Amino acid sequence: MNFAALTGRTFAIPALILLLILLADFADAQAVINEVTPDSASQITPAAPLFRFDRFNALAIMVIFSIVILIYTRWARAGRNLFIRKINGLDEVEEAVGRATEMGKPVLFIPGLQELDEIETIAGISILGRVARVTARYGTPLMVPVRYPMVLAAGQEVVEQAYIEAGNPDAYNKDIVRYVAGEQFAFTATVNGIMMRERPATNIYMGAFFAESLLLAETGNAAGSIQIAGTAQPAQLPFFVAACDYTLMGEELYAASAYLSREPLLLGGLKGQDWMKLLLIVLIVIGIVLISFGLGNWYVSLFTSV
Amino acid sequence: MKTTVPIIIAFCSGFIMIITFFLNPERGFIGRLEPEVLNWVTIVGGFTLLLGVVSIVRINYGAIKRKSENRGYKLATLIAVFAMAIPAMLPTGMSPLLGTQPGSIYDWLFNNLDAPMMSTMFAMLAFYIASAAFRAFRARNTEATLLLTTAVLVMLWRIPMGEIFLNSIHHSLPGMINTYVMSGANMAVQRGIIIGAALGAAAMSLRILLGIERTYMGK
Repeated sequence: MNFAALTGRTFAIPALILLLILLADFADAQAVINEVTPDSASQITPAAPLFRFDRFNALAIMVIFSIVILIYTRWARAGRNLFIRKINGLDEVEEAVGRATEMGKPVLFIPGLQELDEIETIAGISILGRVARVTARYGTPLMVPVRYPMVLAAGQEVVEQAYIEAGNPDAYNKDIVRYVAGEQFAFTATVNGIMMRERPATNIYMGAFFAESLLLAETGNAAGSIQIAGTAQPAQLPFFVAACDYTLMGEELYAASAYLSREPLLLGGLKGQDWMKLLLIVLIVIGIVLISFGLGNWYVSLFTSV
Repeated sequence: MKTTVPIIIAFCSGFIMIITFFLNPERGFIGRLEPEVLNWVTIVGGFTLLLGVVSIVRINYGAIKRKSENRGYKLATLIAVFAMAIPAMLPTGMSPLLGTQPGSIYDWLFNNLDAPMMSTMFAMLAFYIASAAFRAFRARNTEATLLLTTAVLVMLWRIPMGEIFLNSIHHSLPGMINTYVMSGANMAVQRGIIIGAALGAAAMSLRILLGIERTYMGK
């Protein structure tokens, strides 16, 4: 199913249903207005508006962002050549798995410590699929401890699919992705134990990490593993930088699936994101200039009303 | 079909969350949908908990059965899982030791075993920070030396004795470290990373919403 079909056919029905519900809401509001008589009008208290106008700035940014992303996705689909800068941490994934294969030791992958409804975890699961393809191809053992059962279910699905696509379905074992503990530090203790006992050659941390980031990364370092980390939590980045060989910072984590797959449609989204970043830089510079000359209060209010 | 249905569900759920952000929850059906969708997430999460229990029991029981090298740890895990879960699930009416109220077995295990072990793990972070800092702050090149100098200044600024020492050099030195290092360079870099990450998250969400990104389904 191509992009046009996806946006056109697949989403037509749910979009239509949502539109009908929205229209029904308006019709309902109109019916209430029609019931108002001149006598009852004085007793009516004004209701809150249906649309939250205080969030109009967020809507405007979202619409511009979506348009830019979609334009670049279309261009990518049309075959335009899009330059994406090199991300060392992602280039090293295959190398690191190769090292584990040579040493006959497993690869440990942790898709973060948050639930599946967090976008960082979804990014981690996406990268897990790519890593699992490489381990399936080389026949390298893979271990994926998770903290939440929903991540367990998604991880098992992704890894199984990767092993099937790599042409090695027999090597897939349901226990590759395993639930170890729901508590943050119980999870950390278990994973640290695995690191010291099994001595994985490669540790990959991709997702949301908190206070346990350094506990995990330092233990992996002590166990002599090559370590690649990626997180969008700014407070944890220094710990990963200090203890890991490669670190993906912030947006690089979200770019990983597009970068590793090299799929034009996904790369188009990355380019759109870069243009949006440029737009934000321009807006910030304008703000700095206006504020410096004491003319920026109205400008600041455009961005702070949400 | 295996891909199309999840894509439609993802689109509808995401679209509802976006629309409700811009609509007043007091008005209309759609405005009230957001908490409903979040409730569904909790309900689905509750059902998947069983998957987690099955996974933990199967892996640990399998290792004990195979008489693997570390079966002692596996046995301790299984005992811990059932010792916490079974008394907590039984009705309080049978005995005051059951359930999760203060004075129950679950409460005692939580306060006297679980909580201290969690605190111990967290406290160990101090030693890990020391060892990571020792490695990171070696003055191997210009950048590493700059990092070391900045770190020493910030650490001095953070402790009372260090602040007295910095004040003795120049009274405005602690304030300058705060203004230029922490609220200046440090905050600017952090905000740059946060803006980049937020854009990345938004772009990925949009790709998932439109079905362009399907790697989370193994595609």
